[in-house]
Amino acid sequence: MAHGIAVLVEHLEGQVTDVTYELLGLARRIADTDGAEVVACLLGHGVRHVAERLPADRVVLVEDHALHYLAPEATARTFAALLRGERPWLALVPNTAIGMDVAAWVAAALDWSLVAYCQAFDRRDGRWVATAQLFGGKVLADVPLGSDPVVVSALAGAFAADAVEPGPPGTIETQEPPAELATLRTCSVRLERPEVADIDITRAEKIVAVGRGIESKDNLELAEQLAEALGAVLAASRPLVDAGWLPRSRQVGKSGLKVKPKLYLALGISGAPEHLEGMKDAELIVAVNKDPKAPIFTVADYGVVADLFDVAEALLERLEG
Amino acid sequence: MEPKLEKVAEVWEKETAVVEGVDISGPWNRMFGQRVIWDYTPELIEKIAQLPGGESFAWCYQCGKCVPVCPVDVVGDYGPRKLYRRAQSGIDLLDSPDLWLCTTCANCLRVCPKQVDMVQIMPAAREHAMLSGRTIPAELQQALEYTAKYGNPLGQPARKREAWVKDAGVPVPILHQIQRPVEWLWWVECYPSYHPRGIDASIALARIFHALGLDFAILGREEKCAGDSQRLAGERGLFEMLAEENIRTLSKYEFAHIVVTDPHALNAFRKHYPKLGGHYDVWHYTTLLARELPRLQPLLTRSLPYRVTFHDPCYLGRHNGEYDAPRRLIQAIPGIEFVEMLRCRENSYCCGGGGGGMWLDSFAAGHQRRRLSEERVLEAVATGADTLVVCCPYEVSRFEDAAKSTGVDDRLRVRDIAELLAEAMGSSGEAAA
Amino acid sequence: MTIVVVLEQVPDVVEELSLAPLGTDLARDAVSYVLNEYDDHALEEALLLAEGSGDDVVAVGIDTTGELDQVLYTALAKGAKRAIKLAGDFEGTWVGTRAAARLLVPIIRELSPRLVLTGVQAPDDLDGQLAPTLAALLDWPHASVVIGTELADGAVRARKELWGGLTMHLELALPAVLGIQAARQTPRYVPVGRVRQVMREATIETREVEMVADGSPRVERLRLPEETAQAEFLSGSPADIADRLIELLRARGLL
Ligand SMILES: Cc1cc2nc3c(=O)[nH]c(=O)nc-3n(C[C@H](O)[C@H](O)[C@H](O)COP(=O)(O)OP(=O)(O)OC[C@H]3O[C@@H](n4cnc5c(N)ncnc54)[C@H](O)[C@@H]3O)c2cc1C
Ligand code: SF4
Ligand code: SF4
Repeated sequence: MAHGIAVLVEHLEGQVTDVTYELLGLARRIADTDGAEVVACLLGHGVRHVAERLPADRVVLVEDHALHYLAPEATARTFAALLRGERPWLALVPNTAIGMDVAAWVAAALDWSLVAYCQAFDRRDGRWVATAQLFGGKVLADVPLGSDPVVVSALAGAFAADAVEPGPPGTIETQEPPAELATLRTCSVRLERPEVADIDITRAEKIVAVGRGIESKDNLELAEQLAEALGAVLAASRPLVDAGWLPRSRQVGKSGLKVKPKLYLALGISGAPEHLEGMKDAELIVAVNKDPKAPIFTVADYGVVADLFDVAEALLERLEG
Repeated sequence: MEPKLEKVAEVWEKETAVVEGVDISGPWNRMFGQRVIWDYTPELIEKIAQLPGGESFAWCYQCGKCVPVCPVDVVGDYGPRKLYRRAQSGIDLLDSPDLWLCTTCANCLRVCPKQVDMVQIMPAAREHAMLSGRTIPAELQQALEYTAKYGNPLGQPARKREAWVKDAGVPVPILHQIQRPVEWLWWVECYPSYHPRGIDASIALARIFHALGLDFAILGREEKCAGDSQRLAGERGLFEMLAEENIRTLSKYEFAHIVVTDPHALNAFRKHYPKLGGHYDVWHYTTLLARELPRLQPLLTRSLPYRVTFHDPCYLGRHNGEYDAPRRLIQAIPGIEFVEMLRCRENSYCCGGGGGGMWLDSFAAGHQRRRLSEERVLEAVATGADTLVVCCPYEVSRFEDAAKSTGVDDRLRVRDIAELLAEAMGSSGEAAA
Repeated sequence: MTIVVVLEQVPDVVEELSLAPLGTDLARDAVSYVLNEYDDHALEEALLLAEGSGDDVVAVGIDTTGELDQVLYTALAKGAKRAIKLAGDFEGTWVGTRAAARLLVPIIRELSPRLVLTGVQAPDDLDGQLAPTLAALLDWPHASVVIGTELADGAVRARKELWGGLTMHLELALPAVLGIQAARQTPRYVPVGRVRQVMREATIETREVEMVADGSPRVERLRLPEETAQAEFLSGSPADIADRLIELLRARGLL
């Protein structure tokens, strides 16, 4: 179909990532308006069973050993070949570590235009307008889309995850991998899991940070439990590190480490400028402090004026219960 | 490095020895061959001494006077004598953490009979370490990069440098707006412009200047860090760049004197800007206010029932000889009881922030039993004082933090002299308690 | 042998950004420029690689700001062997990623490096990231989000960061293009004195280039997101607050 919407399915080790469902949901919304077909492009190796969980009109399945971990070169070449054949109007790719290496490559190779960091996709005045984030979201760019084919790489978490439910597609169609896969110049690919021993808070996606409000070393256990339940790592303001309650590698701030996680939950931290310097760029800052005038609230997105122990316990109960 | 031990040459007697025409031949005429005077290698001492500024490192004769007065030795293991000895025994200062621990407080220089001058030696050695591509502590690197990029070590945008003015509650003229000559150009400096606790002191000072009817203005966004601590941390090139820019900016305006909040800026303007062509009449604000005391005194109407002690900033006291002005101001405040700490005036302790220490806080803490600032607040508490008074912008944040980390924040407040004066004026210049 | 690093200056987001009256660009007068922080990491990684392999690092950039010299001199002071500036009439144009890649391809071909390194992304790329774009145009293998590299007989080994600490190890035949997320170590410090010395002694090679058709999408309007200067306070009992927080985290895909 000339107006098809192709979605690159991101998966790893048999697991389809959330962002894929977000994109399939977005594709569904666009397709319903335009009367178009949603084509989920499933590239991989031994992933046929995954196709059964992709709620699209059609799944195009391409399997090859080289596509195992969706490594950049193989995925980009295969996806480009697939788009050449399918000729959709819109190709949706997640703007993730995996998708990033595919979207820009494919767009340049096909000479399609590309809108990256897309966070919204709306119909305005009879056209689709993609909204992209620039400068880490400090500026937004509205880009109207014409009839020429376009690649849009969308930010994870920007579109509703529950617009579609995992479920079987209309049809599943298998395609041969392109001949180019035989002459790849990516020689080997393997995955490595993190060692649990060394936690690098600068790489953590979620951080629970505690300050002097935690009062004693014994109370750290509660914070530790909460961090675990949230899938976060534990960090601290400097006085706690100075006291030897946590190692130096967990100190956030001017004389510690700078962090930029997706979530920074600050418990009992006043927000001294030396501390703020290390965390103010976090994407979402939630602060719990019993002092409504604590400076941490000047950088927080959400503030809670309460006893941190009450809040932490209530959160734990819900997360674990 | 292998210590080089030379063999002692034999001892012998000359058959005849005639000195200045007198025959002194005999068994008392004992002569020695050239003896070993170096039991260890001198190379690592020479390495520092040959750097411009590093010469005096080699003059040390190991008398040891400097060690007990060194504030770093009090909480660690330091002092020029020890650095010299370590160099003798094969430890290269350039690769040792010692390179970054000296705060250039100059207390050792005060007592050293040989003029071994760490204030010269340290910047020279650090500059050499940087130029030879050695890695530098990350905190310091960040502060230097920020200074180069933004003109302040806090990494704040230049435009925000004058933002505090709108909260001052009194007019604070900015030169690029008023375009007229003023008597006093107030050099606010970085921490007083950006750090919340520094801003508290700036606002207090603005109110005092205003109440005195002083004809003053600030540079605002055109001001860049004076750069003295960066210079002492080894970044001479950065210092020169900042100084050249500041001198260029200052040349656009007419003013009679400069008044500075920051003793480090005072030091830069007095001793180092002239070498680059910037000649100014520079005053620390305490000196200026002490001169104005006859007019200020009647304004100090509120009695403050505090027991206070005062910390002499190294760069105001030892480096620039001003010990009395801050004390006169404190004692002019009605109701105040003033007590000295044991280490005061010429022998004052150091807050640890000088010479780049402000940006080496965790690094230094890793080599010391406690921070210098922590040692100092404990000393302040020991006097029974409830308020530690300071007049250097590094100190409010350092000491407040130290009071927290030593758990005495319920007993000790830290205030800039300007804040106390404003409070005594009844101006709500007092900082958030 | 040569390693090329591509360096780009970007508006500094420490400064408040404002928009030009037409609404399709930033108010450039009020913008100050800094080296893209990821490019700084790319430079560091290139220098580390070159220290091990003896390659020459060549820093290349498109001078869209008129201030690129500073960046290139700094790169030379840090250890790059050559610096090449592509200059042209870019005044008032926003050079997109695709256009930048097209301007860079001829010089890269001329230098025939075995590796091209650049920052994984830049805050102003609207039309995708430079490394994969260059790779497509050069027809070389590539990887982005790289946090470690190693040269090994005719290939480069790269560690690509995925998520949750998971990394993908790739071996790419040379020549290849890498988008660097973080160098193995903090980008080195170069004292201002050294930069000033380089400014007196070294030269930047300048090539005049013509702006190319860029194929990037047309921006209709830029806007600033709604201000959220103050935290939104959640109130109620701890249980209510916990419910709200969990709801918030779910909505953002954080749980
Ligand atoms: C040169 C220098 C470098 C520094 N570098 C760093 C750095 O890298 N990182 C850093 O963190 N600090 C740094 N500091 C220290 C900094 O100035 C502060 O002292 C420190 O961040 C304060 O830590 P805090 O917020 O945990 O403690 P506090 O400031 O004491 O704050 C504790 C907070 O907990 C709240 N609280 C207490 N009990 C409860 C409760 N039951 N429930 C909820 N809230 C509660 C209180 O209201 C208060 O706001 C540095 C200082 C200096 C001078
Ligand atoms: S006081 Fe001077 S001469 Fe004596 S040990 Fe110290 S540095 Fe050496
Ligand atoms: S200058 Fe101060 S810190 Fe440095 S060695 Fe001398 S006494 Fe110690």
